[in-house]
Amino acid sequence: MNERVSRLRQESYDAPVTLSTERAELITDFHIENNGKFSIPVMRAKAFEHLCRHKTIQIGDDELIVGERGPRPKAVPTYPELTCHSEEDLGILNSRPNTRYGTTAEDIAVYREKIIPFWRGRTMRDRIFDGLSEEWKTAYEAGIFTEFMEQRAPGHTTLDGKFYTKGLLDFKRDIEERITRLDFAADPEATAKREQLRGMSIACDAVILFAERHAELADRMAAKESKPERQEELERIASICRRVPAHAPRDFWEALQMYWFMHLGTITELNGWDAMNPGHLDRYFFPFYKRDLNDGTLTRESAKELLECFWIKFNNHPAPPKVGVTAKESGTYNDFTNINLGGILPDGADGVNELTYLMLEVMDEIHLLQPQGNIQLSRKNEDRFLKAACRVIRKGYGYPSVFNADGVVEQMVRCGKRIEDAREGGTSGCVETGAFGKEAYILTGYLNTPKILEITLNNGIDPRTGKKIGIETGDPRDCESFDELFEAFRRQLLHFVDIKIEGNQFIERMYATYSPAVFLSVLIDDCIENGKDYNDGGPRYNTNYIQCVGIGTITDSFSAIRKHVFDDKTLSMSDLLDALTADFRNAETLRLKLVNKTPRYGNDDDYADKIMMRVFDALHTAIDGRPNTKGGEYHIDMLPTTCHIYFGSVLGASADGRNAWSPVSEGISPVQGADRKGPTAVIKSVAKMDHLRTGGTLLNMKFMPSVLDDNEGIEKLAQLVRTYFRLDGHHMQFNVVDADTLRRAQEHPEDHRDLIVRVAGYSDYFCDIGRELQDEIIRRTEHQAF
Amino acid sequence: MTKTGVIFDIKRFAVHDGPGIRTTVFLKGCPLSCWWCHNPESQSAKPDILYRRHLCVRCGTCVETCPENARSLTENGVERDATCCTICGTCVDVCPSGATEKVGRELTARDLMEEIERDTPFYDQSGGGVTFSGGEPLTQPDFLRELLERCGDRDIHRAVDTCGFADPSTLRSIAEKTDLFLFDLKLMDPERHLEYTGVRNELILSNLTMLAGSGKTVHVRIPVIPTITDADENFDAIGRFVSRLPKPPHVRLLRHHPTAMEKYARFKMERRLPDGMDTPSRKELGRIASRLTEYGLEVSY
Repeated sequence: MNERVSRLRQESYDAPVTLSTERAELITDFHIENNGKFSIPVMRAKAFEHLCRHKTIQIGDDELIVGERGPRPKAVPTYPELTCHSEEDLGILNSRPNTRYGTTAEDIAVYREKIIPFWRGRTMRDRIFDGLSEEWKTAYEAGIFTEFMEQRAPGHTTLDGKFYTKGLLDFKRDIEERITRLDFAADPEATAKREQLRGMSIACDAVILFAERHAELADRMAAKESKPERQEELERIASICRRVPAHAPRDFWEALQMYWFMHLGTITELNGWDAMNPGHLDRYFFPFYKRDLNDGTLTRESAKELLECFWIKFNNHPAPPKVGVTAKESGTYNDFTNINLGGILPDGADGVNELTYLMLEVMDEIHLLQPQGNIQLSRKNEDRFLKAACRVIRKGYGYPSVFNADGVVEQMVRCGKRIEDAREGGTSGCVETGAFGKEAYILTGYLNTPKILEITLNNGIDPRTGKKIGIETGDPRDCESFDELFEAFRRQLLHFVDIKIEGNQFIERMYATYSPAVFLSVLIDDCIENGKDYNDGGPRYNTNYIQCVGIGTITDSFSAIRKHVFDDKTLSMSDLLDALTADFRNAETLRLKLVNKTPRYGNDDDYADKIMMRVFDALHTAIDGRPNTKGGEYHIDMLPTTCHIYFGSVLGASADGRNAWSPVSEGISPVQGADRKGPTAVIKSVAKMDHLRTGGTLLNMKFMPSVLDDNEGIEKLAQLVRTYFRLDGHHMQFNVVDADTLRRAQEHPEDHRDLIVRVAGYSDYFCDIGRELQDEIIRRTEHQAF
Repeated sequence: MTKTGVIFDIKRFAVHDGPGIRTTVFLKGCPLSCWWCHNPESQSAKPDILYRRHLCVRCGTCVETCPENARSLTENGVERDATCCTICGTCVDVCPSGATEKVGRELTARDLMEEIERDTPFYDQSGGGVTFSGGEPLTQPDFLRELLERCGDRDIHRAVDTCGFADPSTLRSIAEKTDLFLFDLKLMDPERHLEYTGVRNELILSNLTMLAGSGKTVHVRIPVIPTITDADENFDAIGRFVSRLPKPPHVRLLRHHPTAMEKYARFKMERRLPDGMDTPSRKELGRIASRLTEYGLEVSY
């Protein structure tokens, strides 16, 4: 990277994360002044316009792509209309050891005097908690599930390529035209639609205005600039900000800035989950790149500099400050912007181009926390593409992650999407499948599957609190067969899924009614044509996901019960339950037996894997296809973010030998340390799940850097990925392990049992080899880091 | 009737034992006892009991259940009296922590095939297959032959990793059913060969000549062991010998990893290789490779 990029990157890396009350103050002022004057969509739009008109803007030294959500990089705004932080929340945000948000005494005073008095009782969060049933709250507090919309707006959305050929003025014309077609005589919703469409039109003006303010600022800065090169850049920035987003971009630089204004618009309007995802940037930007190269107005190097400046902008935007359970389920600054590369074009052709490779280089050089990147790997893509990605993976940043593009399309087609729309789609956030620019695919919350087994084993009672939170499915000591126990679990599961979905239907209506996303609705088909909001079923597709967590833990727990209690009969259910209640106190031998003498998921052992498939089917049957309130359906995802730690923290000891309150398994990965037969066995096990019936699954794999240190290693990694995708696997990400991890593995071998290290002409499990050898490998690994 | 053999390990996702993603099956028993052997537990043909002290929780279950009373609990963990232990494996079955493990298990070729076939999707995708290694796989020729036949029936690519010290007619019969030989060459001087591996090398060299002449694909693998195999005159002799073979095989240099020497303590075996022996550097391997290249050989490392 060049000197400019290197400096901007360092500044972004070094900038402290702080909380900014500016947005909260502006939105509060607006509401105090205008409450009750407009319909809700128009009110939201005017409030958005107020933000765009008055928020502090800045252009950083040497920046080429401009605009920030906050008043400065990494100054994170709040959204009191959704969640009004208490003084205590602000104190915690300022002092907590992880994901801290710097807060000043003045910030707290502003909240105390202005924000809290106005919003307390009026926020979406307050009203949602008021309206939810006791049953829901009890299950929520027990940690059966989480709720994504309790403090952030519905999101997990990805934009497509439509605004690279159309400016916001063109969208405005579409909106006006749609209003003229409203049939007030025949359509009872015509008035509601008109208000929605008006709001959308105002939102377009707001973002154009926001860009114009940047143009004016750039002009003022150019006038004062002493360096002629920078002066020229600022003049160019001013002209770009006058062109986009009002009009379609004409060149590469304008296209990048176009996206960036769309990004800022959507994340200023609401704090939807996953910030915003740009979709297939390589394919959207490619026509501009090619044209500019041909015209001689761009070189590969200058394109790379612009891309790198663009990349860095994402890192300036940490996630909005999360509190409570939401902070636990997603405890990270990362706001999950995930850039898709490669894949298949809507017409079915190979989607990889020159820019794809350039973007992989950018990813490799910038490697900040954000944005994340992934490759969408189709069987139509060349191996060269996959290998180029593997060379970045080898560096150990944990990205790009790798997705099965063909499988992603099949998942969407299964749910009734057009194949063209499916190919235009991909994955965003962590691993979630969606049709970019055409779908609201909402993550609704995580489901703690091992906890539901625990409730089943306690006949409806949560042993942590002694409260009855589930239904009575019978005393498991009376179960005569494994099938009987499984049936009890299935009934308990249905009970909780009902509660979760009932709660969601209510929350969904709350957002549809009170918190429309008028700007986002402009960008998602077919909100304009339907005259409906993104949050109210306006998009072409409307999907809700429930993300199931702990498949490894629940599978191994069931497997242990089946093996030792029902098959071998070497353990009574009563003794097992007593040991679980006592967290294996005085029963360490039993615990070890459960750990080591149980067929476990992740070893290509059908005994365990068939149980996994049975649990998966139960989850699928309980959730898949249930209607939401927006004309769409619920589907399942298998991913955890950091929720497996939270879910573990509310779960007592489990039958797989896991101690109380420790994490459950993550994603669809086996329980930490349970897989002992290497990566191919893990892949075989996890691929027995039918990934095509999900909207995304997450598989983590760990490798020593030495496994990947030559072309042969890269080649074999690539083949491993290809095989997983032949088996319909959805996603894989790689943890190329460093010496620190190895040291932790030495201290806590029980958590790192699956760590494979290359020793000599053979590989071994790190924890199985002697201390001396471990030390040697750690030294070797450190050496390799140079 | 399916044959029974003794293996001591199966490694899936083996990536350095031939083309593609492979499963390497390690057969137990070896006629050689090389000083640098990375798998010393493979030398004996018999199964054995392995004890990992750091995993043992001193629960005493194995002591109580041992039918021969061969185990006792001491300050240092569990001691095993090898004179009365029959390697029945009861201790392994009952050990809750996995500290006691059996090295070597007897199984039929049919059962082993089930394991091998598990990774067929990976072989298909990557052009991989199975590699029979050891130990020395040719010490169990009937078992090996059946495995090779069964793999052939299922269209699984077969590699045999051998030290070459085998009866020529046995080797010929195995070669008929093998797609690739990984043939180890260590020392060209017969006396030194005897000293460091326990056998002379004339049989090995004539077997290599025979295989190379048979039209089989052979890769020669040379372990680079500092002070033992890494002398220039050894490589010159290897270079001369290999380059005069009918179809000069590809040569691959294998680096010695002193780390594997840790196993000798684990298996209570005498270790003859001195301490402090380093892994040869990439640079050193490069130097050796270019020396061999002068003989017209294709060399990788």
